[in-house]
Amino acid sequence: MNEPTKTNGPLVNVDGVEKVFRRGSEDIHVLRDLHLKVPAGEFLALMGPSGSGKSTLLNLIGGLDRPTRGSVSIGGERLDGLSDRLLAGWRARHIGFVFQLYNLMPTLNAERNVELPLLLTHLTKAERRKHVAAALEMVGLSHRAKHFPRTMSGGEQQRVGIARGIVTDPTLLLCDEPTGDLDRKAGDGILDLLQALNREHGKTIIMVTHDPHASARALRTVHLDKGQLSAEAVA
Amino acid sequence: MAGLFKWFLQVASVTKFGLLSIPQRRGSALASVIGIAGVVAVLVSVLSMATGFRQTMSGTIPPDAVIVLRNGADSEMVSGLSRPETRLIADAPGLVRGSDGPLASAELFVIVDLPKRSTGTDVNVPMRGVERAAFQVRDKLKMVEGRAFEFGKNEVIVGTAAASQFAGMQVGGKIKVGREQWPIVGVFSANGAAAESEVWTDATMLQGAFNRGDSFQAVYGKLATPGAFNQFKDSLTTNPQLDVKVERQADFNESQSAAMTKMIDTLGILIAGLMAVGAVFGALNTMYNAVSARTREIATLRALGFGRGSVVVSVMIESLALALIGGLIGAALAYLFFNGHRTSTMNFQSFSQVSFAFAVTPALLVKGITWAAIIGVVGGIFPAVRAARLPIASALREL
Repeated sequence: MNEPTKTNGPLVNVDGVEKVFRRGSEDIHVLRDLHLKVPAGEFLALMGPSGSGKSTLLNLIGGLDRPTRGSVSIGGERLDGLSDRLLAGWRARHIGFVFQLYNLMPTLNAERNVELPLLLTHLTKAERRKHVAAALEMVGLSHRAKHFPRTMSGGEQQRVGIARGIVTDPTLLLCDEPTGDLDRKAGDGILDLLQALNREHGKTIIMVTHDPHASARALRTVHLDKGQLSAEAVA
Repeated sequence: MAGLFKWFLQVASVTKFGLLSIPQRRGSALASVIGIAGVVAVLVSVLSMATGFRQTMSGTIPPDAVIVLRNGADSEMVSGLSRPETRLIADAPGLVRGSDGPLASAELFVIVDLPKRSTGTDVNVPMRGVERAAFQVRDKLKMVEGRAFEFGKNEVIVGTAAASQFAGMQVGGKIKVGREQWPIVGVFSANGAAAESEVWTDATMLQGAFNRGDSFQAVYGKLATPGAFNQFKDSLTTNPQLDVKVERQADFNESQSAAMTKMIDTLGILIAGLMAVGAVFGALNTMYNAVSARTREIATLRALGFGRGSVVVSVMIESLALALIGGLIGAALAYLFFNGHRTSTMNFQSFSQVSFAFAVTPALLVKGITWAAIIGVVGGIFPAVRAARLPIASALREL
């Protein structure tokens, strides 16, 4: 749906990023002079212990937060030049989010949850319905379209979350511990789905995880420790 | 245009989530609704008292009704006119002339003590001595029970409001006038006017009972046309034999009720204002709870690309919606319990009881609901700003 961002360089370019949080009078350096490039079509796993800064990095790439120093560019567009309002519009067009706790609206059924990002587009109601049906089909939940989150298993809810993440055909799918709240079987189902989205549909995916079993599904894994990249592994 | 439509769609969606999640926060939402309903119910019912009083005093008086008092008198109680003066007034140009002469009634106004039906305690009841023309001057006056009193006899008739508010005021009963008991021979209505709170008799008989000699306190007249007022007034105020003031009766009654209505209005707004302050805090609490309970939901929407503006507007709409529900409930309660409810109170201008009905008018209902809307907006604005400023990244992880 969205025009693929045209660039000769990497899709994601994190350049010398630092992130400092202030707690009282103390500065906490969560990310330090971090460089990362992610080409289009990659499935990247970000691993690291708690507090290593992996979720912070994901938030910076997704335009949910801003770096203290350095820059983040997606498809050649620097995010630090965008106002809050423009950044919100940019997120709607280019980023699909998948959250650990699914973050579905409890008062909406599955198809209405999936439709949410489409409300920010110019699509007609009929077009939105078509896209929602396709996304639910892709995650194998067409038969649960009218069900509310409270009547679904964790795995099903996460599938709805993924359908919501991909329904606008975003440039980049960002997953923050997508299997972190699921049992192994349901988690494997979600990882199968992400792998299929990457392999069969060419989706660029960045996934934060602390689970080696999950990171094994990625094409490349980078490790963060104390705010810096410490190791890298290619599948 | 498409951008605006998209924005409205965003606002509608975010608002819908908020409204649909109210049942999960029903406790605080209900407290807010009840608080605002209370404010509106009190405001509307107290102000309906002033409105009803004002309507009784001046709302039903036609523009051709005039009253003449001694110059400087601000009520009938402190006015005084001799019989020759009342004749000069009746003969002035501008009044309607019937077969028996001009439509002017020289009247005497006294206070009698009668027990109030609701409390049994004695209150000041206005008693009016009138001349024959009085029934034509107040052409809306109708006997609804019994008959009119006969001139030259110690008989009285009572207004419908007096009959319902004061004890023993039925036809066949008697009331104490001076040292005697006078029979009640009829009950009259006067189109809701203050006269319905009065007891009427022959002015000459009343002069005798109260040792008033041949004096009166006011002359009530009916103008040939409402436009004849200036002619009538000028002829009296320029007459060197008279020292009087002339007013349209509606204006006079308005001034008679002004002190009382202002006091009730002020009291009503003061009480409701204090309650409104409490209700604003109630609404604030409700909406802060709402924002707090929906932190992750709001952050998720923001992450998906929904703007701050739509979040602010949605919280405001939710607050406004709860306030309007409260306002409607309060207005409905005031209407159901108070509209038409009759009571009587002391009119400080005449030191006598005036019976009136609470009047919950459409204007008062609109005023009450406007108050509710203001409470909703004030109670929603700070939580809305807080919702819009939520740091998305950390709010997404809130449980």
